[in-house]
Amino acid sequence: MVKNYKKQGGNNMKYALSEILSYHNRTQSELIPILQEVQAKFGYLPGEAMTNVAEFCRVPESKVFGVASFYAQFRFVPLGRKQVKVCRGTACHVRGAPQILAEVERQLGIKEGETTLDMEYTLESVACIGACGLAPCLMINEDVHGRLTPKKIKKLFAVRKRVTQDVR
Amino acid sequence: MSGKTCLVCLGTGCVSAGADQIYEDLRQEVSRLGLSDVTVDFTGCHGCCQCGPIVVVEPEGIFYSQVTTEDVHEIVEFHLRDGKPVKRLFYHDPVTNEAIAHYRDIMFYSKQQRAVLLNCGHINPENIDDYLEAGGYQALRRVLLELHPEQVIDEVKRSELRGLGGAGFPTGKKWEACLKVLGEKKYVICNADEGDPGAFQDRSVLEGDPHSVLEGMIIAGYAVGAKEGYIYVRAEYPLAVKRLQIAIAQARESGFLSKNILSSGFDFDIDIFQGAGAFVCGESTALVLSLEGKRGMPNPLPRPRTTEVGLKDKPTLLNNVKTFANIRWIINKGADWFASIGTEKSKGSAVFSLTGKIENCGLIEVPMGITLREIIFDIGGGIPEGKVFKAVQTGGPSGGCLPASLLNVPVDFDSLTTAGSMMGSGGMVVMDDSTCMVDVARYFLEFTEKESCGQCSLCRLGSSQMLGILRAISEGKGKIEDIDILIELGEAIKIGSLCGLGQSAPNPVITTIRYFRDEYEAHIYEKKCPALVCKDLISYHILPDKCNACMICLRNCPVEAIKGGKKEVHVIDQDKCNRCGVCISVCPKRFSAVECIPGRLIEGGLK
Repeated sequence: MVKNYKKQGGNNMKYALSEILSYHNRTQSELIPILQEVQAKFGYLPGEAMTNVAEFCRVPESKVFGVASFYAQFRFVPLGRKQVKVCRGTACHVRGAPQILAEVERQLGIKEGETTLDMEYTLESVACIGACGLAPCLMINEDVHGRLTPKKIKKLFAVRKRVTQDVR
Repeated sequence: MSGKTCLVCLGTGCVSAGADQIYEDLRQEVSRLGLSDVTVDFTGCHGCCQCGPIVVVEPEGIFYSQVTTEDVHEIVEFHLRDGKPVKRLFYHDPVTNEAIAHYRDIMFYSKQQRAVLLNCGHINPENIDDYLEAGGYQALRRVLLELHPEQVIDEVKRSELRGLGGAGFPTGKKWEACLKVLGEKKYVICNADEGDPGAFQDRSVLEGDPHSVLEGMIIAGYAVGAKEGYIYVRAEYPLAVKRLQIAIAQARESGFLSKNILSSGFDFDIDIFQGAGAFVCGESTALVLSLEGKRGMPNPLPRPRTTEVGLKDKPTLLNNVKTFANIRWIINKGADWFASIGTEKSKGSAVFSLTGKIENCGLIEVPMGITLREIIFDIGGGIPEGKVFKAVQTGGPSGGCLPASLLNVPVDFDSLTTAGSMMGSGGMVVMDDSTCMVDVARYFLEFTEKESCGQCSLCRLGSSQMLGILRAISEGKGKIEDIDILIELGEAIKIGSLCGLGQSAPNPVITTIRYFRDEYEAHIYEKKCPALVCKDLISYHILPDKCNACMICLRNCPVEAIKGGKKEVHVIDQDKCNRCGVCISVCPKRFSAVECIPGRLIEGGLK
């Protein structure tokens, strides 16, 4: 994954990174906000960036990895363009989230936690997106789709597939 | 204001259902028709998320439910212009099917008693003037200009407010302890790390009335002698973060935050910290470590309380969102007023996210001591689709499942704990007869097993052992002795864990065994899932006399397990079938030929 960035020119990343670091203090208490911004910028935490962050915060690299791997928000591999997050909250669970997840897996041909080969979709499940009134629900990037049934899932991804093909 | 105000709920639930577009359309339509005396505004969560998107027209209080963009034109033209409400969009009572025009008349709202949520759904959370108009920051003014810190704490103590984050520690006591610790620097932290799946009350308060939380925090800062505050909010709540940022900026501008607040000489400022997603960080020492940029693993015992040694080793006051939101009422209306609500040992009100198999999903606030039955059947409107109530789960992954026989238990800290569950932060999930209790127990344990920070062996290893056993039971590989092992292991985990996560992780399993043992036994002895949930213990089956051989299920079956043809009754090959349930969902309603039965079918009989 670091390779990707080398292709684009490591300088790009260095520049973006120094921009993020420029308005932070060099202490460990800034570590999580910095990692959050790095991830917002690159979509994941590139190894090289973490090395730089460790240097900047004056903590060992292992600590940075320790913190990043502890929290669910951080990831070490890039994601697909569309992130499908199936809600597995209690309300969704009792209203049929497992069937929804299974249907999405079938439609996209990937399992939970995987990304499609064309880097279009990443599928994951999340603890609760808080739209319990719409259970069961899922998010595609920032859009929430609620009151789902396996049938609706089929429609959802059928339409989206067509749209992306047209654009191309 | 003489004209009408049209309020669109822009809480996360309604936004998810498309409310932001409705808001835009309403504004456009109103300005297109030149209705100058109509104001269109938005609010935070109105409460009845099931009815979303919600549009309310004040001052009458007309309540429109499940509005779509196509309805906007009708609302504006008929109601806002001509004064004739659109009956079609009224809320319909789930029991009597009667159309109800005003939200005050809807049982969901009329049975509630709101203080924390009073402003939610009625004011624009991004406009400080709305909050001021509703009496906002009066409590702060009174505290800063008239009261000593000791007097503030005394008032909070007399109110007998208990922390609403779950454990119910007396708030006044905590404040007093923090005040008594000597130190130049102290911190106030608002715990908005609402990680329970199925709970959204803290988020709704932050989204609907952020200033009430800020006001409570500033008062707390004054009372304990702190000058800095943090709000630890989940990064998964972008809307709450955004509204908090706006609220903090507005409060600073209006002189309620930062230096020399209201010319009293008191300084206090608040920062937002976005939690990176770890359930265990709801625990106080873990939360503090997380704020310091470390792994959120609770400190080992014996440890000083965070009120003594907290953030950056300084005394730190940590309270839940709703606890802070209550403070202004205690100051404004007095401790006696607050103490008059609720039961003897639990004062005030409780905020719940009522979800699951219930007609009216949503955000509710009820006085302590109300029974579960009143919440579920009066406010919640009962169970949909004519199904039967089976259990209610409170307290999220730390709580337990209570059966129908305990519906008359009053909702307060002690009664719920006695019943084997807990108050928790405010999730309340209702389950009906199509919910499998073994599956629910497995679900919660899956969550806690994943979220265990891993430092206590019993929590880390014990929970995965329990999970393994539960998985085996739900796959039909359960053994007779499994139930006893689960109970023994559960008790051991409770004793052998440092923090609340481990100490309460076995609760869902232990309570489901206590109240629904027969379901576990059906899974183990009969290899059947009575609620038709566990895939390995059910079968799909086509009723020959109902099947019209329409080929729909046959074509849709993802594993090609259905045999048959035109004019040939379809049959499911049980060995190939993976029980995905597609056939039952595609079979046309008028045939309803597919049925799901407990147990595994083999050659026409049960395995």
